[in-house]
Amino acid sequence: MSAKEYRTAGSAKGGLLLVREAPAVAFGDRVEIRDHRGRRRNGQVIRCADGEILVQVYEGTDDLDLETTWVRFLDQPLEVALSPDILGRVFSGIGEPRDDRPPIVSDLHRAVSGSAINPAARTYPREFIQTGISTIDGLNALVRGQKLPIFSGSGLPHNRLAAQIVRQARLIDQEAAFSVVFAAMGVSYADARFFQEEFADSGVLGNVVMYINLADDPPIERLALPRVALTAAEYLAFDLDRHVLVVMTDMTHYADALREVATAKGDVPARKGYPGYLYSDLAEIYERSGRIKDRHGSVTLVPVLSMPSDDITHPIPDLTGYITEGQIVLSRELHNQGIYPPVQVSISLSRLMKDGVGKDDTRDDHPRVASQLFALYAHAQEVRNLASIIGADELSDRDRRYLEFADAFDRRFVGQGEDEDRSIFETLNLAWELFSLFPKDELIRVSETDLAKYHRQGDGAS
Amino acid sequence: MSGQGIIREINGPILKARLPGIRNGEQVRIGALGLFGEVIALEGEQALVQSYENTDGVRPGEPLEGLGWPLSVELGPGLLGSIFDGMQRPLTELYRAHGDLIPRGVAIPALDRERTWRFTPAPDLKPEQGLAAGAVLGRVQETESIEHRILVPPDLGGVLVELAPEGDYRLDDPIGRLRDADGRHHDLFLYHRWPVRRPRPYRRRDHGVAPLLTGQRVLDTFFPVLKGGKAAVPGPFGCGKTVVQQQIARWSNADIVIYVGCGERGNELVDVLESFPKLKDPYSGRIMMERTLLVANTSNMPVVAREASIYVGITIAEYFRDQGYDVVMLADSTSRWAEALREVAGRLGQMPVEEGYPAYLASRLAAFYERAGRVEALGGSAVGSVTLIGAVSPPGGDFSEPVTSHTKEIIDTFWALSKELADARHYPAVDWVGSFSGHVDTAARWWAEQVGEAWAERRAQALALLARDAELARIVNLVGPEALSSAQRWVLEGARLVKEAVLQQSALDPVDSFASPEKQYALLDLALSIYERGAELIDLGMPVQELAAMPLLTRCRRAKGNYDSQQVERIQALKEEAMQQFDRQRAQYAGAGESTP
Repeated sequence: MSAKEYRTAGSAKGGLLLVREAPAVAFGDRVEIRDHRGRRRNGQVIRCADGEILVQVYEGTDDLDLETTWVRFLDQPLEVALSPDILGRVFSGIGEPRDDRPPIVSDLHRAVSGSAINPAARTYPREFIQTGISTIDGLNALVRGQKLPIFSGSGLPHNRLAAQIVRQARLIDQEAAFSVVFAAMGVSYADARFFQEEFADSGVLGNVVMYINLADDPPIERLALPRVALTAAEYLAFDLDRHVLVVMTDMTHYADALREVATAKGDVPARKGYPGYLYSDLAEIYERSGRIKDRHGSVTLVPVLSMPSDDITHPIPDLTGYITEGQIVLSRELHNQGIYPPVQVSISLSRLMKDGVGKDDTRDDHPRVASQLFALYAHAQEVRNLASIIGADELSDRDRRYLEFADAFDRRFVGQGEDEDRSIFETLNLAWELFSLFPKDELIRVSETDLAKYHRQGDGAS
Repeated sequence: MSGQGIIREINGPILKARLPGIRNGEQVRIGALGLFGEVIALEGEQALVQSYENTDGVRPGEPLEGLGWPLSVELGPGLLGSIFDGMQRPLTELYRAHGDLIPRGVAIPALDRERTWRFTPAPDLKPEQGLAAGAVLGRVQETESIEHRILVPPDLGGVLVELAPEGDYRLDDPIGRLRDADGRHHDLFLYHRWPVRRPRPYRRRDHGVAPLLTGQRVLDTFFPVLKGGKAAVPGPFGCGKTVVQQQIARWSNADIVIYVGCGERGNELVDVLESFPKLKDPYSGRIMMERTLLVANTSNMPVVAREASIYVGITIAEYFRDQGYDVVMLADSTSRWAEALREVAGRLGQMPVEEGYPAYLASRLAAFYERAGRVEALGGSAVGSVTLIGAVSPPGGDFSEPVTSHTKEIIDTFWALSKELADARHYPAVDWVGSFSGHVDTAARWWAEQVGEAWAERRAQALALLARDAELARIVNLVGPEALSSAQRWVLEGARLVKEAVLQQSALDPVDSFASPEKQYALLDLALSIYERGAELIDLGMPVQELAAMPLLTRCRRAKGNYDSQQVERIQALKEEAMQQFDRQRAQYAGAGESTP
């Protein structure tokens, strides 16, 4: 069947090609399309009925004419070839070379759609990854196998933060085989270039696989890209025992491509025109991270997404937040004050932190210090609001201390250099320096033992 | 068996097939892969089928086979401690047999057929004795803490022909025989099957009488739910919905806990799977997993099985209820279930009404929650209950969206989680303004008898204090605290005390993760007593700063973490000590008041 070409295209619109008088091909199968100039395009079957097949064309349907379009059904699902040689390479969204080097030759091919990991096969992620960034390590710790997105907005330094995480991420006292899978969807040339240079400068390029779809590349390819990238990540993690950090940017472009195709297919829209299955679709991607029993590697996922109009209730960040294990949220306000990384700690969260920090993992006081920082900062924000109304002079002594704390926290704890790699102990000690602004009675979330050991009132954090 | 058909069209999880003679709701095996699915609509000879498994690789023209029965679960010994997927396949067995990824088209029986169970027949049963549907045939000690009562299936009744003697039996060994009214004989086994979409029958419904105790102060003391009640936990992401549910699974005083992870994170289920075997049930002292059962359909597992998973869970819950147990079923999250309905409805081209949801959303939700309740079982005098607690994940945290608003109309207890509280790391982030309980009066009777006479009064006082605090906080936000009188500022301090000493409760603190009713009451009484006595001193002229700086307040805030549920008398002693201090202060100020006119 795979040799035969069909010239029976019935319609071509919105990236979808309808083929009539077609054979009984399987749902999800790969399709090859040749246009009137003999150029090859790739597609996948997304609906099939007796004699009528709907194909999603990854390169789009622009410039196709129905008369001279040949369609070949390959009788196999969308697969990628995998071998250790993928490290250091750059591919397109469907896994074709983008770096003028030959395709990967391997006997090992895997379908990109993946299967769900059996929950009974998973182990709970609990190994603390030190990123060297205080707001992450101290307050929203990342662990191996976690999926922790960065919620950002246009113009905010999410790419710089993601690059810093890639550069600095490591376990506290362990060296391990480590790889990065970089998946770029709809990003600008400049952003893609930034990451490439970052990887080259920090000398990790040989451990990085890149899958790139630029802003001017066909949007439908973005639907396949994260699946292709994760198939590679799973291979590196569970076949080659590597610890893989997957950075995906920008998930908003992915979801928009999904909406584009859904609209063309005539799917019933749920919120803001996104199809009702956006949640399930995103989950298929995000849930591929994790750790598996008896496997040495891990897949840790850091998706980056820009929130349209900085709106965290927009369906893309909203559904993402329901699937991922927390979120790191960047704030325009902090960014405008020149604070880098502008992490808004009050709405950031890491759900897996609880089992990755503390006595055996970082330091005994860590969970309580984090809780205390959150509590102090939450009250400090209220005081700030108050001060902006009645003026700082009218505040009580207690509230003035909170105001001082808030400023020191933003400047010294949140703010740090792009090359500043703080150990978790430095981060915790910094927190105790900030606590010294307060008397012991005000610090009820840390234990009395912690206070005796670390509290130095009057040392002053200025 | 209703025979073979041919697949005509595949559109994601929805298929069309030519399948004459099939019934709506019947189970099917799809294509060469033998995927599992269910008929959801009929039109002439054409059947609409939803597949529980991913349909990649299925082609038109492949066969489709009707199995002759609707989606059913196996009910018998071996359920407890297991983890099942949305079609009741045992995930641990699947992992052993098929590795890390969930395979497609694989049938593994839910209950182990090889294992033998010690069956003890009911002593009063004799041959030729009448045997009602749902009657107890005997028992199997399934775990140390749970005795499994073997029931006559609810759709079968008649006369007992024979009953096996005490001994070890496998699930497929008959343990008895029954003759129905038509004279037909039926073999009886340690297990039976029941279709998940049909509620299991019972003799009659009863009122709830006792609260379900969860060990969580804001739930038990402020917004109680009764055994047999219906509760919902709505909240935007990151507010601690899952932690609240897991805390209930851990600490509630139910006999059986069924946790349905419906469209949620895989790692959360692993957390339960790994942590429960290490935890002890505070009531029986036994290992938590012995009374727990998980149904897992994580968000990346196929959407149709997600829709089925909560029915699988509730049917198992009803089965244990029929044995006379108090069961808690946690559904996390009902929004994902509703979205699965929406997704299928969308694929079928059904007319959307609100935010894409089909018109039958409200009726399906109501019918589901109605399966909760306290009932007298069919077979005998056993009374059991199913308490249903559903998490709701409103998009954007908007409680006016369809799933939250329809749920709110159905349930009795509403634990609204608030983003503001969660952002301030006030956990559990149950918002005392937006939450409610329709069970306070019944719970008050129980608390008055078991714990403290004044429970209802104390609870009301605390809520009133929090309400005044919210009012005053608005003023403070406009003009600052200086505008308030001393008494008003003491209200703020008192409310802060109630929040920090009573409401906030860390799931991670080993001492305070669980609080007995006595501890809950003692803490509430302590905080309120300090507030009341302080208010008297304010009236006598004691400056509010001086009161707020009393070390006593810090000790009150730390009491929850310093004393566990066995050390309630130390909290009471702290209160006595506090009262004496206040007496001394009062004497001082009262004296001062007399000398300086």
